Order: sequence, then structure tokens, then C-alpha cells
Amino acid sequence: MSGKNLSLTLRVWRQTGTTGKFEEYKVTDISEDSSFLEMMDILNEQIIKNGGEPVAFDHDCREGICGMCSMTINGMPHGPLPGVTTCQLHMRNFKDGETITIEPWRARPFPVIKDLVVDRTAFDKIIQSGGFISIRTGSAIDANIIPIPKDVADRAMDAAECIGCGACVASCKNASAMLFVGAKVSQLNSLPQGKAEKDRRTLAMVKTMDDAGFGSCTNYGECQAACPKGITLDFIAQLNRDYAVAKVKDFFKSTGKKRAGGD
Amino acid sequence: MKLDPKIPAGPLKDKWTKAKFDYKLVNPANRRKYSIIVVGSGLAGASAAASFGEQGYNVQCFCYQDSPRRAHSIAAQGGINSSKNYQNDGDSIKRLFYDTIKGGDFRAREANVYRLAEVSGGIIDQCVAQGVPFAREYGGTLANRSFGGSQVSRTFYARGQTGQQLLLGAYSALSRQIGLGQVKMYNRHEMLDLVIVDGHAKGIVARNMITGAVETYRADAVILCTGGYGNVFYLSTNAIGCNVTAAFRAYKRGAGFANPCYTQIHPTCIPAHGDQQSKLTLMSESLRNDGRVWAPKKKEDCTKAPSDIKEEDRDYYLERKYPSFGNLAPRDISSRAAKEACDEGRGVGPEVGGKRLGVYLDFAAAIQRYGKIALREKGKVAGETDEQAVLRLGEAAIAERYGNLFDMYQCITGENPYKTPMRIYPAVHYTMGGLWVDYDLQTNIPGLFCAGEANFSDHGANRLGASALMQGLADGYFVLPYTVPNYLASQKAGMTPGGVALDKAAGAFDTVRADVVAFNKRLMSINGKTTPREIHHKLGRIMWEYCGMARTKEGLIKAIGLIQELRKQFWSDLKVVGTADGLNPELERAGRVADFLEFGELMCRDALVREESCGGHFREEHQILEGVEKGEAKRDDDKFFHVAVWEYKGAEEEPVRHVEPLVYEEVKLATRSYK
Repeated sequence: MSGKNLSLTLRVWRQTGTTGKFEEYKVTDISEDSSFLEMMDILNEQIIKNGGEPVAFDHDCREGICGMCSMTINGMPHGPLPGVTTCQLHMRNFKDGETITIEPWRARPFPVIKDLVVDRTAFDKIIQSGGFISIRTGSAIDANIIPIPKDVADRAMDAAECIGCGACVASCKNASAMLFVGAKVSQLNSLPQGKAEKDRRTLAMVKTMDDAGFGSCTNYGECQAACPKGITLDFIAQLNRDYAVAKVKDFFKSTGKKRAGGD
Repeated sequence: MKLDPKIPAGPLKDKWTKAKFDYKLVNPANRRKYSIIVVGSGLAGASAAASFGEQGYNVQCFCYQDSPRRAHSIAAQGGINSSKNYQNDGDSIKRLFYDTIKGGDFRAREANVYRLAEVSGGIIDQCVAQGVPFAREYGGTLANRSFGGSQVSRTFYARGQTGQQLLLGAYSALSRQIGLGQVKMYNRHEMLDLVIVDGHAKGIVARNMITGAVETYRADAVILCTGGYGNVFYLSTNAIGCNVTAAFRAYKRGAGFANPCYTQIHPTCIPAHGDQQSKLTLMSESLRNDGRVWAPKKKEDCTKAPSDIKEEDRDYYLERKYPSFGNLAPRDISSRAAKEACDEGRGVGPEVGGKRLGVYLDFAAAIQRYGKIALREKGKVAGETDEQAVLRLGEAAIAERYGNLFDMYQCITGENPYKTPMRIYPAVHYTMGGLWVDYDLQTNIPGLFCAGEANFSDHGANRLGASALMQGLADGYFVLPYTVPNYLASQKAGMTPGGVALDKAAGAFDTVRADVVAFNKRLMSINGKTTPREIHHKLGRIMWEYCGMARTKEGLIKAIGLIQELRKQFWSDLKVVGTADGLNPELERAGRVADFLEFGELMCRDALVREESCGGHFREEHQILEGVEKGEAKRDDDKFFHVAVWEYKGAEEEPVRHVEPLVYEEVKLATRSYK
């Protein structure tokens, strides 16, 4: 709580259709205690009052958990502060008089819909292809029947913290989704209840990821640095291991008896 | 309006079993002929859509976000209750049932709450099987913690992200069905109206938020899982997009709206920093285990740094007023006490709108306590005094317990809560009211069901912590999959009740679609000067001032007048830029605010008629005036032991209040006391 107010110059990406450009705006009297998105609200109210169309951007929970907000701020997905989403970034992290550049996620599998809004349904498609444990409602066994060691459960939880925002993809020069896929695969493959579908899941999710146009991982680690939830490269390593095992098993399996219609 | 709660006959504990047996079934080969619309993809919506898909129905599921995984259930922190009794500490279905009924201040329907407790065990089984990484003990079994309003440990949790993990579980089940083609998912679609054909709900009208296309969608049944209406207050812990539109437009088509005045104000949220505030953030209730709540005794101390206020000048008001529960008094009671201190001019923090709205949540005592214990165990490092070691070790102990919450607080406020007390203030968090439903979660419109926070049925006048997640998943996984087929079995698949094929039934669908298009056009053509956000902000201030934590007859009457004025301003001076045929967040907001402007008045009307205090609804005229309970809520069971259900009568007409009397077969009414 500082009570100081900022004046800023904003270079904001404006796009309708397939082409866009930067527009420059000035905002004044921004409280240092405001969040970045509250600053965007003020900008939009100002644009509207001047007869323009407000900047479209995605946002919802504004408490860092839904994964909807997605802005590249001064070249960094979710801005300069490590471990936070755009909505949790506060204006005290900027200086009075500063120029801030605001862009959408830049990645081919995430086409821009308008201004700063991108289409991330490719992530949903990856989950739909295998990011689940097949268990019908009502057919589960008692929750305490399978003991799960605390460290296994904790590691699954570390992986499960992913909010699916796509900052990893936006930060990667190859637009790789390995951190996102690695996190989900690691969560489900590590748990005993997820083992039955381990190979199937891994192959299917990687295939969908590749088909959607996400690039390869070249171990630069930009994704880990950009991730607001601290998902680490360890999970990419696990994905690579699980994928190699599944692929080898699949290779040998496929040389066996011809199966009808199976996968 | 006919309000038959359809509670099955027989003893409370056998009702659900009996109902399940009595419900009609749809055979597996016929299920593929039926279609179901589910609006919303939070815990209730996603779990229902997934379960129907598994059963073999064709499901269309809608959400306004860019992915079903983003629904606001994701923000729930604390946990989910279940009567598993894994802790061997005396829990049972009956105890969970009783705690929930009592927590709701005896204003919930008994049979629904019992069923909720009954199916709560299956929820945990289901979630674990889906791979939800609940916290575990070293032995590998599930861990539990305690929550407000109960004396047993029955809350399952996944760090401070339980809602997120449960939603991701439901989302994964839903995604599987989408992948299999059993559920068709409509992301970035907002339901804007309900279509009723021959008296039955047979479809919706939704707007594609990217293209602006307003389309009709048809199905044999419609289920609304569209969440709560807390954003009528402008500032709340809800997501920015949360709204009442789907439920309210169903209300305008004839669905009863029950108990709209029941809202939950959560005591520990980060206070607003000023007029630029767009939403409020919750700090988990669990912090009150170690934090002491206080306000300065003297007004002149309010502007001082907390460290400059002497111990004897601090008022630990919860400990003073509720010695046996202290800082862990329930949510409604703690919230009111904070408001009282600030209204007396003893609030702290920045002045917002002429008032300091904040009290301290202080961890200094806990840091000392833990630090001294740790010093005995671990000792100090070279060159350190005892005092420094206690501080260092104590802060480390607090960080271990609440580290992520402390980080979040520091990120938002810029203050270090290890060194200076947190500032907190109550904020709107959850709404117990919602569309009226019977035991089958069906509204008074046949074929229209409502589940999760959007309905009214399970939490009475106040919801206990960790019960919202339980209800959302109970409804979606274990209730609707039985009750909706019972309705479907009475309908010919793909046909209107009048015998016309649904995909050919133009009339009602076209009319409602035209209404929606005309409504949006009207919003866009006012061409005034005030933005939807400005009006929403004003509405929020009115609601918070007069229909917030404490309500009076005069205040509510005044609020109704002010809202009517504001509504006039909205419809004469609104400015919506952009076009209707594309992505237009201003148009979306304008539509939602239009509904809040009518709904806010309905809330005030409901609060005005309910001349008693119960749970989250506190009427200043109705409090205990003498004795140890002085200042506490005073219920009036003789006059208000019922559900209030409002019927829409037309624009600018007064709605009509109906009553569903509550019938308790097992529970005896009692006064809640936490002294």
C-alpha cells in the first residue's frame, strides 16, 4: 500500500481479422495498488469515452487460478514478475513514465481471435485425446483402498497445479507444448489409478500435440521460467521417458498378431 | 405457481433409496435418441455433462469461458466435506447432515440435505479414481482437516487448490466424453434465454461470443449449472464473468426464484485498495487458526502503523465477544463483527469512499509461539540473539503452514504479512439463493433442472465451509443422472409435448431468438454516455450499503428506489460501443448488468419481506437485545420457517412471493450459539 499513482504509455497490439498493429495510448492516475488488468479496465473505459473500441482481452477469476488471462508484457508472458499470472501482476512493479508493450500470446497453434484474445482450444483437444483416467461415474472403488505414498501424491499435485494458460507455449521459440502435456501426463501416469492407460495416454496426447502444430522441445527452459505455477522441466523429462517406453512397447506390440480395428 | 417439493415418503434415511427405485428408467438403446443441454461447466455442469455422456445421452454443454476448465469452481481453496469418517472421530451421514442443516440456520430443505450427506462418500471415491491428488498421510491414506461449523475432521483437500483439482477431475471426465463425441462442447457461448414449448423447457438461445451469432439449441431437457449471483455487488470474490443472466432469464420465463436475499459474506478477504478495484480476493478461512483479529480501540490510532499501537489499545473483538470460539467464530458472525468495528470508525487501511474498511489479522503471537517451540528443538545460529532466533524460526513455521497465502497477500498489497499484520475485510463470496427446485432438482418448469450454486436447495441461509464443492459434485455425479432420466422417460425423444419433432418446431424457438436479438439491439442503440461498468459499479455500492451484511427496512426501501432510478439511467443513457456481430465484451457486460439491475431489486424485496435475521441475512431490527446473546441474529420460526419463491409478473410489475413451507421430520429447531 503506497498510494502513489502512475502515468504510463501503453503500446497495445490491436487486431481484427488476420493482421494487426501496435496502437499507443497514454493512461494517467493509475494506482500502484491496482492490478495490471485493472489498469487495462481503466484504459478501456478511457477508449470508450473517446468513442473507440476497447481492447479485447481474456480474463476471468482475477486471482491467478483459472488460466484465462494471457498477455505478453514487455516480451514476457504474464509480465516481468516470476510465478504470477497477468491478473496477479500489480502496477507497483512498473515505474512512473514507463512505456509498456502489450501483446497476445504469439504461437501458431494459438491463433489471435481479436486484439489480445487467442484461441487455445488446441489444449482442450490434447486433454480430450487422453488427459483423463477412464472411470465411469459411480464405478469407483473406495478412495482409501489403494494407498498412495505421500511423495507420489505430492509430486502428482505439483504436476496438477498447471492452469492451462499457455504461457509455456507463448514463451517457447518453437511453440512447444511439452510442459503442458508433460504436467498432465506426469500427474496421471504417476498415480496407481492412472497406470492402466499410461502408454495409450502418452502416445495419444503426444500425437494430438504434434498434429495441432506445437513444436519440439529443445530444452531451453523458457517455459519453466514463464510458468506462473512453477511447473518444472522434470515433467518434460518424465514425458520423454514415458513416451520412449510407450513407443518401444507399441513398436514390438505392432509386430505381433494382426489386430482388427484396434489402436 | 405450483410448488410441489416432491419429497419421497418414508423415513429420512430411506427417501433417496426409495426415490431411486421409483424413478423411471430409459433403456440404454433409447438413450442415444435423447439429447440434454447443460449450461455451465463448473463442478455441477461438468460432472453432469460427463455423467450423461457416459450413460449414452447426447449432450450439448455450454460455457462462456474459452475452455470448460476455467469455470469459477476452480477458485475454491479450502476443501470438500464428506462423511467418510476415515478419522474415526464420530462422523456419520447423519452428523454431516445435521451440521449442514444447523449451519444453514434451519432454512434448508431437510430431505435434500440428507441426500447430500448420503452421496458425499461416493464423491471422494469418484474423484480419487479420476486422479485428483488429494493430500495424503505418510501411510498413503487420505488426509483430512477441520473446517468451521463442525467438530470432526471431514474435509478432504488438495493443498489450497481443492476446487481447481476437483474441477480438473470433472473436466477430464467431460473431455473424455467430448473426445468420444458424446458431448458437444460450446466454448465461448453465453445462454441468453430459455425456450419453452407447450409448457416444457426444450431448448435455449445462446450467443456465440466470437461471431456474435445468436442461435437456438434444442434438447429434451435443459439443465442450468450457471453458478451464483454475487457479482450483483460489483465487488465480490467471484470471477469477473460470473452472472445471473441464465437463471434470471429462466425466471422471467416462469421459473421461481427462491430466497434471493441469502448471500454469504466471507470475513477474510483482502480489502479494496480504492475505486480502481475490480474484484476481491479471499484469504482462506484456515488463517484464523493462527491469526488474531483486532481493531484499534481508539479512532485516533487508526492512521498509525500497527506496530505503534500499544497492546492495551488493541481490541481483539472476536476473542472478547465469543470467548469459546474466539477467532474461529463462523463466517456470518465474524463478518458482522468486522463491519461493526469499522462502522464505529475503528477501521484501518486506506480510506475508500470516506471509510477505512479493514481490520487486522495478526500473526505476531503465533510467530512467537511457534518460534519459542522451534528454538527449544533447533537452537539458534551463531551470532543470533534469542529474540532474533524466535522470530526467524517462528516465521519459518508460519511459512510452512500458510506460505502460498502470505505470498499472494504480499503480491496483491505490497505489504509483508510476516512483519506487519494482514488487513482483511468481509466480501461477498457465495449466494445460497437460486432457482427453486424440487427434490429432483427440477424447477417449476417441467424439463428445466438447476444444480450447484445456481439452485437454492442445500445451504439454507448460510453455507458451511467446504460444502459448495460437495453440493456441486453431488448434484452432477449422483443426483441428476437419476432424476433427469425419470423426466425423459415421460417424454418422446426429440419431440415436443405436442408431438412435433423438435428440429421442426419453429414457433417458440424463433420467437425467443427474435426476442434476444431485439434485446441486444436495444442495448446497442441507446447511444448514451454511461458505460455498463459505471452503472454496475453504482449498483454494487447500493447493494453493499443497503443489502449487504446488515439490512434495515428503511435501507431496503431506499435501495429499491435507487435501483429503479439507476435502471432508468441505464436504459436512457447507456453507451455500448462496437457491434453485435462479433466479439464484444461491452455488449456481454451490458446484458449481464441489465439483469443485475432487475435482480438487485428482487433481492432487496426478498430481504425486506423476510422480517427476521437468519444466517447471512441480518435485519438490524431483528436481533437479540439483552443477555449474553445481545446483538445476535433473531430468527422467527413462526413466521418464516419457509422458502420464499418469487414469480415474475412482467417488466415493472411487482413480482409475487410464494411460499414453500419447510417440513422437518427429524431435526428439531434450535438457536445457533457460538458464545
